[in-house]
Amino acid sequence: MSLWEYANPRRFMAFTDRVVGPAFALAAITLSIGLIWGFFFTPDDFRQGSTVKIIYLHVPSAMMAINIWVMMLVTSLVWLIRRHHVSALAARAAAPVGATMTLMALLTGAIWGQPMWGTFWAWDPRLTSFLILFLFYLGYIALWSSIEDPDTAADLTSVLCLVGSVFALLSRYAVNFWSQGLHQGATLSLDREENISDVFWFPLLLCIAGFILLFIALVLMRTRTEIRRRRVHAITIRERAA
Amino acid sequence: MPDLGQYAAEVGLAYGVSVTLLLGIIWISAAQSRRAKRDLDDAEERWKNG
Repeated sequence: MSLWEYANPRRFMAFTDRVVGPAFALAAITLSIGLIWGFFFTPDDFRQGSTVKIIYLHVPSAMMAINIWVMMLVTSLVWLIRRHHVSALAARAAAPVGATMTLMALLTGAIWGQPMWGTFWAWDPRLTSFLILFLFYLGYIALWSSIEDPDTAADLTSVLCLVGSVFALLSRYAVNFWSQGLHQGATLSLDREENISDVFWFPLLLCIAGFILLFIALVLMRTRTEIRRRRVHAITIRERAA
Repeated sequence: MPDLGQYAAEVGLAYGVSVTLLLGIIWISAAQSRRAKRDLDDAEERWKNG
């Protein structure tokens, strides 16, 4: 079966009906194990003390903030090129989850930054690009809500998503582009010498997996909601015409 | 409970804020899902009955 067959709303609804529940259960288990392991069974950092435990929330939420926008970019491109409604609705469904993750990354970063940097906020390249990404999420959600015709809304929000992708990429690579600023370099690296210690890495990996699973469960559930709303909208229009 | 030392307030606040946000988005999404399902059932029923 081709992936494109799930662009059919009926097939999508039938498939996700079986998937959403297990995805939530798997996310809850993975995230619980990761957070309990990280919070209770990992040592303090020699320099940052117990604040290092914030890493299990801050890093996964920041990763999701960027990657959800990338997912929205892909589904928006699918909408623009192939005109599959489910892909446009999936992008719409993902946006509030992305905004929540971005807000979580900003807040946990500020809380972590205060004792380490002596300030909650600085106009550092990574922090600023994340704030702009958050504003793009809000703008994207607002644009969807402000246009009545669903196809026009999907077109315009897809274009906004393309523009916002610059800031999503900037958020990802800001620590590499600019060496100035308070934010440290990338926490995770394929280079074993640069990557964080295994004692933090393994629970962090579980938390990242948990956040990904939670996002999948949420975006599937929210896309189902959007499809139902679209059907209600279609029936209402038919009733008015009849 | 691990000894969080002088940073207990910051760590507690970070976890509190994060759990609130995560539970919030799950709760809102579930509530919207229930409402959309109910609205669709009502609309289909109305449409069938003319």
